[in-house]
Amino acid sequence: MTQEEEILVMPGTWNLPFRYTAGRFASRFFRELRDSKKIFGVRCPQCRRVLLPPRPFCERCFVSTEEWVEVGPQGTLEGFTICYVPFLGLPPPPIATLFIKLDGADSCLGHILGEVDLSDPDKAKDAVKIGMRLEPVWRDERKGEISDIEYFRPVS
Amino acid sequence: MARRVAIVSVGLTRTSSHRRDVTYPELVHEAVSAALAQTNLKAKDIDAVVYGSMDPFDGVFAPERWNVDACVGAGASNKPFIKLTTGGTTGGSVALGAYYHVTSGLFDVVLAVASQRVGSTLEAQLVLNTCIDPIYERWMGGGAIMVGANQAASHFHYYGTTEEDLAMVAAKNYANALNNPYAHLRRHLTVEDALKTRMVSWPLRFSDCCPSSDGACAIIFASEERARKITDTPAWVRGEGQITDNYYVGDRPWFQDWEALSILARRVYNEARINNPLEELDVAELYNAFTIQEIIECEALGFCEPGKGAELIRKGVTTMEGKLPVCPSGGTLCTNPIGASGLIRIGEAALQVMGKADKHQVANVKTALAHVWGAAIGFHVLMILDKEAP
Repeated sequence: MTQEEEILVMPGTWNLPFRYTAGRFASRFFRELRDSKKIFGVRCPQCRRVLLPPRPFCERCFVSTEEWVEVGPQGTLEGFTICYVPFLGLPPPPIATLFIKLDGADSCLGHILGEVDLSDPDKAKDAVKIGMRLEPVWRDERKGEISDIEYFRPVS
Repeated sequence: MARRVAIVSVGLTRTSSHRRDVTYPELVHEAVSAALAQTNLKAKDIDAVVYGSMDPFDGVFAPERWNVDACVGAGASNKPFIKLTTGGTTGGSVALGAYYHVTSGLFDVVLAVASQRVGSTLEAQLVLNTCIDPIYERWMGGGAIMVGANQAASHFHYYGTTEEDLAMVAAKNYANALNNPYAHLRRHLTVEDALKTRMVSWPLRFSDCCPSSDGACAIIFASEERARKITDTPAWVRGEGQITDNYYVGDRPWFQDWEALSILARRVYNEARINNPLEELDVAELYNAFTIQEIIECEALGFCEPGKGAELIRKGVTTMEGKLPVCPSGGTLCTNPIGASGLIRIGEAALQVMGKADKHQVANVKTALAHVWGAAIGFHVLMILDKEAP
């Protein structure tokens, strides 16, 4: 191939609409968020773990779950990161994504952090700590989706 | 009874953020031709093909159709052809698939091919985000970097690992990649330089994160009888395995440890009769897409106690001159054509056993370990290769 040979690049896009079936369990979970500002998990009848997000069967015991258990609303931070770089099509930075073990639950809910200044990484890393206590801040107009909780904030 | 199997050839391509000099099939052809050229095998001598890529990155669904002719003309000559895709472990699954084809006795000479053009997508993290649960988790914008950064934040919190430790891992891998003509990032990086790169997702900086690469890898697996005729330097499969963890990342928030990998390591070491990996392995090619992962992998693989992974890099154990060099190739940190990266790890381990790693060859390698992770840090593949037949 010679230096001056022109190589073409063909543009393309994928913009494919989908619909994801939430199912009975997620539907009830989101209805409770929307209508009563309550967070529910389900208890496995065998290992007794309270699973969040709620799901129709315990993947460890492989038995159906039926018992709904209210959890939280406060919880403990189990894992996190703070993103500082913009990625095309994804939420703008800085954004802290959290894994929160809500009181009474045995697994973590993923959510985002609010009311904490994240702009300086050196300061933010001291403000966001594993083990810190968090509470949800609810939207006034809720649609029955996970972001009906606008964000979690440190318990003052 | 499972048959003995060896890797008899490895073909790699040059890698970059956009191999605009070649079409996708040409890229695959480059890897496959390189693998054939190492042997006296012709395309007709390949009994079956196992191919893999992680679909959406290339911008086409089912890229095996695009590449079916580049895999030794498998399409044109009507060969058996299977496609495997398991996220980041795709390349590892491809190697296992080819190994199973041969060890089962169903086929004698099987070509494993994995390819990816991450450069075809203009935002890899947006593609990665499509593998996150659409009901509960996708809206947060998570992708591979988020899980890697969670691992780092937890390791810092529980074990006291520091940004300097991560920078040392980066500098070591960048230095190794300078000796690997197939590496993507080939530039000198000091610890000081690394610590000045911008913060991507705390605590991971730019130098802690792998690039998006175009690249492919082809490996030929053969039965014992055929392997001994094809090459004088076979790399024998001494142990292998795969493990999965459960679906929700939030179910396993112990990011500081890689429990599934520990379990798999025990299984595979048991199969290979390895008691002390630090003493018995001569080199390891680990899937270190993010610097922190090399540290956690060393722990989970039993090279040190849990939480002590950073000490290995501080003490130089994992450098080229160390007791157990990790990623002489520069690893996934310096080259990441995602679906192909797992097969590259296994190919690099094989090259070390064959004594064909050229400038990044570790001296006197008998036993090499290759590792691959994928699927939101839920899947792992391990393969142990050896100079001696098991």
